[in-house]
Amino acid sequence: MKLPISWLKDFVDLKDLTVIDIADKLTMGGMEVEDIRFAGLPLPERDDHGFKVNGIAWDRDKIVVAEITAVNPHPNADRLTLCELFDGQIHHTVLTGAPNLYPFKGLGQLEKPIKVAYAKEGATLYDGHAEGLVLATLKRTKIRGVESYSMVCSEKELGISEEHEGVIFLDDDAVAGTPLVDYMGDAVLEVKINPNMARNTSILGLAREVAALTGRALKKPVYENQVKGESIEGRIKIEIGNPALNPRFTIGLIRNVEIKPSPYWVQRRLRMIGMRAISNIVDATNYTMFELGEPLHAFDYNVLAARVAGPSAPVVISTRTAQPGEKLTTLDGQERTLSDSNVLVCDSAGALSLAGIMGGAESEVSPKTTDILLEAAAWNFINIRKTANQHNLPSEASYRFSRGVHPGLCLEGLKRCLYWMAQWSGGQVAPGIIDEYPLPPKQAVIEIRASDIRRALGIEIALNEAKSLLERLEFECELVNNELRIIAPPIRMDIGEGVVGVADIMEEIARIYGYERIPETRMADPLPPQRGNPALEREERVRDILASLGMQEIITHRFTSPEIENRLLPKNAAVPPIDYVRLANPIAPEKRVLRRSLLASVLNVVERNARLSESLSLFELGSVFVPSDELLPREPRRLAFAITGKRFESAWDTRIGVKVDFYDLKGLVEGLLDALHLEVSYAPAVHPSFHPGKCAAIIANGASLGVFGELHPLVQENYDFVSPVLAADLDLEAILPLLPALGHPVRPVSEFPPVLEDIAVIVEESLPADRVEALIRQTGGKTLASVRLFDVFRSEQIGAGKKSLAYALTYQSFDGTLTDKDAAGIRTRIIRRLENELDAKLRS
Amino acid sequence: MLEKLNEIEQEALASLAVIEDEAALEAWRVANLGRSSPAMNVFSQMGTLSKEERPLVGQRANQVKVALEKAFAEKLEAVKQAALAKSLATEQLDVTLPGRPAPRGRLHPATQNLRRVLDILAEMGFQVYTARDVESDEYNFQLLNIPPHHPAREMQDTFYVESAQKEGSYSVVMRTHTSPGQIRAMREFSATNPQNPPPIRIALPGMCYRFEQITARSEVQFNQVEGLVVGESITFGDLKGTLSDFARRMFGQHARTRFRSDHFPFTEPSAEMDMECFVCGGKGCPVCKKSGWLEILGCGMVHPTVLQNGGYDPRRYSGFAFGMGPERQIMLRHKINDIRYFWGNDIRFLEQF
Ligand SMILES: [Zn+2]
Repeated sequence: MKLPISWLKDFVDLKDLTVIDIADKLTMGGMEVEDIRFAGLPLPERDDHGFKVNGIAWDRDKIVVAEITAVNPHPNADRLTLCELFDGQIHHTVLTGAPNLYPFKGLGQLEKPIKVAYAKEGATLYDGHAEGLVLATLKRTKIRGVESYSMVCSEKELGISEEHEGVIFLDDDAVAGTPLVDYMGDAVLEVKINPNMARNTSILGLAREVAALTGRALKKPVYENQVKGESIEGRIKIEIGNPALNPRFTIGLIRNVEIKPSPYWVQRRLRMIGMRAISNIVDATNYTMFELGEPLHAFDYNVLAARVAGPSAPVVISTRTAQPGEKLTTLDGQERTLSDSNVLVCDSAGALSLAGIMGGAESEVSPKTTDILLEAAAWNFINIRKTANQHNLPSEASYRFSRGVHPGLCLEGLKRCLYWMAQWSGGQVAPGIIDEYPLPPKQAVIEIRASDIRRALGIEIALNEAKSLLERLEFECELVNNELRIIAPPIRMDIGEGVVGVADIMEEIARIYGYERIPETRMADPLPPQRGNPALEREERVRDILASLGMQEIITHRFTSPEIENRLLPKNAAVPPIDYVRLANPIAPEKRVLRRSLLASVLNVVERNARLSESLSLFELGSVFVPSDELLPREPRRLAFAITGKRFESAWDTRIGVKVDFYDLKGLVEGLLDALHLEVSYAPAVHPSFHPGKCAAIIANGASLGVFGELHPLVQENYDFVSPVLAADLDLEAILPLLPALGHPVRPVSEFPPVLEDIAVIVEESLPADRVEALIRQTGGKTLASVRLFDVFRSEQIGAGKKSLAYALTYQSFDGTLTDKDAAGIRTRIIRRLENELDAKLRS
Repeated sequence: MLEKLNEIEQEALASLAVIEDEAALEAWRVANLGRSSPAMNVFSQMGTLSKEERPLVGQRANQVKVALEKAFAEKLEAVKQAALAKSLATEQLDVTLPGRPAPRGRLHPATQNLRRVLDILAEMGFQVYTARDVESDEYNFQLLNIPPHHPAREMQDTFYVESAQKEGSYSVVMRTHTSPGQIRAMREFSATNPQNPPPIRIALPGMCYRFEQITARSEVQFNQVEGLVVGESITFGDLKGTLSDFARRMFGQHARTRFRSDHFPFTEPSAEMDMECFVCGGKGCPVCKKSGWLEILGCGMVHPTVLQNGGYDPRRYSGFAFGMGPERQIMLRHKINDIRYFWGNDIRFLEQF
């Protein structure tokens, strides 16, 4: 909502308030001022005021009101004129090219001088011919042989609007010599109106707030009209079809209007607020809408009267919902097909307008119109919102109606608009107003005590102070005993009753009292039970461990597509039917479902970064989304990671080109699970995304915690990778519950010296190494403190289909120093069992 | 014999004086202090001397031996020092050459800041409560005092999930804020003791979603952290005090805040907490868009309807809630002007944190 300061002044005295003061009050009071455009008034001197500011100030001495007394032709140019102009002190001859001065050319001394905005040499203005807003200083020059040092201004040059078709013709009350800034200097605040403040989509609404926030009086507009001629009582009737959709409908009439342009000040205000000026009658409806917040609609009364059955029959205005498929041509010339939720304003001959949104073409005000039937009505805001969206008809009227205009405003809006129409068109307001009001909204009544204020805001505000704060906003208040009884004013749709009403009132008290005046306190309430969040804490541990293993965390979009996730399958493989959680309104086809695979997300990021780093080690932890039979999908937590590229980053003296392989990945898996203190085993696994010989499952208690391995070559081909990628896809839902709740057992450390020994055994190639190690550990018992595989070796000497596994064993006792003999005894038992049970041979 | 000993001593000391390295010194030791060195030979020849001479020569030989040993020790020390000095002087590394890179893992910047926010809140007694990403319209809107077709829905462009429709709109949405977690938490806690529900002080972090095009300024997903306090004597003054404390912990003890009125359907009164711009100190700069203030969080007293929907009687309980965007804080702090960096996961961005 744009708020011109000059317009605000109509309703509240702004003496001693700067533009910045006003912007600050509004912003702190819940109406954020997003920017300020100056058009005449001086810009703030300091720049630490906290607002975005632009625009132009008008120099008091150099930009003044002047009058043109004659418009003479230019001797050398048809399109230019030489104006005789008086600036209040001196007569000048001023060169202009304004087309709206042509009609006065050669008429000699004008009977009635034209009042204009006159800029003298050295004045700073916007360049009217430049694209956009370019400041320029007026300089003495010669145009076609005639000297020029000053000019008559357009709105664009003065920063009022984009208008540059001609120069401004000021209203008659402008006095030559007056600094223009005193006559019409202005600034426009762009005010953000929150949904709960629909009442403030008007100048009067914002003026009420400024008055309340500054403790000033609100000057109410004039609503009474002088009336003349035959009353409309009995001549016009209203029939409301559904009061829930149309709680109120009011009609007034004005006769003998002359359709012509509005006074300049009206046009200027409309343009400053973002509306085009059209004609006095249309402008009056728009002006009143901006002024009071009540949208109005003007019909050509004679068109309606001509459609009624007989000369004595009344004009009957009715409202109803449309027939499905019914058509109406709106005044933008478009034929619209309606649905049965759209509300129409009709007469006996048919539909006239789409209620609250746009008029019909047939009954539109035309240059020949003389009598105006004026509508001010109230509509259901949800219905208007739907209809405006349905027909894609956002307008200033539907913007207001769809946020809720209180039906109480109809009568004031109607009267005020008739007043302006009479002022600007010379018409006569007819006696009588037709007012159908079948469904007045209940005005909220709230009772509060001082303890309510203390409880909500933490401060003491006496009830009589609260009363005066609320009365500034036109709440009706009565202090009875220790209770304040409050009735919401008939402009408010946002005030509830009961506990909700109390909260609404607390907001109003706090707002007008000033949030900044409420002291900051620390909570006196006891600290609630401290529950922690064990699930999250475990996940955070996983993140820390992975980072400590040198991995980079990534976070990706939850939105993806089945095609993107199917890249996890080998090329040309059959795609299993997988159900996704689908968005009804995706922003793009590749973001139309919720991910089911975290691995797919991680691989996308590997691909994106493949050429940016010689090695990558990435992980993501988060939810995937699985459709369920319930209303809401399941959101299980997953962990995926991937590594690729060089095992060691190159340095200036080391250029080891070894690339990561399965065992690098397994080291990370083991590093993670070991840090989590999980006992797991590994088994070969088959998974479509992985190389069939280089894929393992992690097993705990017989269940799989996830798989990892080298990506299948045919999967790698689906991506633009630089090196083979190794990846893991783990199920946190399975892993995290296994974590020891209180702490894992810690082994004691022996004080006695260890005996170190290596053994190497030759076994069948097909024998998994973990069986050898398990048997060694089992046999070694407590005395075998550690087992470490340090070499795997194959050679002709050992024999085809065989491998040698070499282990470093550490024997250590808690009871005393082991002798070589003790160690030899254990060793012998180990070797014997390896030979007997695994068919191993000791390598000498 | 005494003269010979003098000669031996002088010759040995003279030859020692010119020695510069340890190898030569060792050779000198063997030659002059070894078993068959001239000085030692004197001892073995003692038998050939007269009784009178013997004590004199013996004494003198001992003096020579001690003197040579001392000289040797001093020389050894000097040679070592010289060798060390030489090596220190010659072993000059180019310390400006880069070190060999140690593998370094990192958490995503969003995680880092999320933790920072949650850590501070945890110290203030806020327990982390996590809830789901895909929500029902009921929890995301209706129970939070945003009925269907409410104008406030326009403030939050919503992703709808294909699901059963109610009155022409889908009944499942991607949560637009973490606020549905407020209802879930209140219901969970009040269910433990419906007559006497426990007080609440929780932080609700999580990914939220808005139907927007992805541009430098807007994203389809973003983290949010909300806080919720419910108790029997919570006031608007507590809200201001608690959140200003938070701001000082988060942005430094000098952080200045202001609270201005705003509107959220689920709080009343509602406010926006601004913080004086930490880049320009309030003078106005591109980071604060010349306003001198940065919008840090939205807040307000929990709406009575929301308390009621959570199982807390608004006549007895009051509370406040607030919400902030951790990514936005990172952008302000690091002057990042493209929000797409966060989920773009370009390694060149991530490695800067
Ligand atoms: Zn700044």
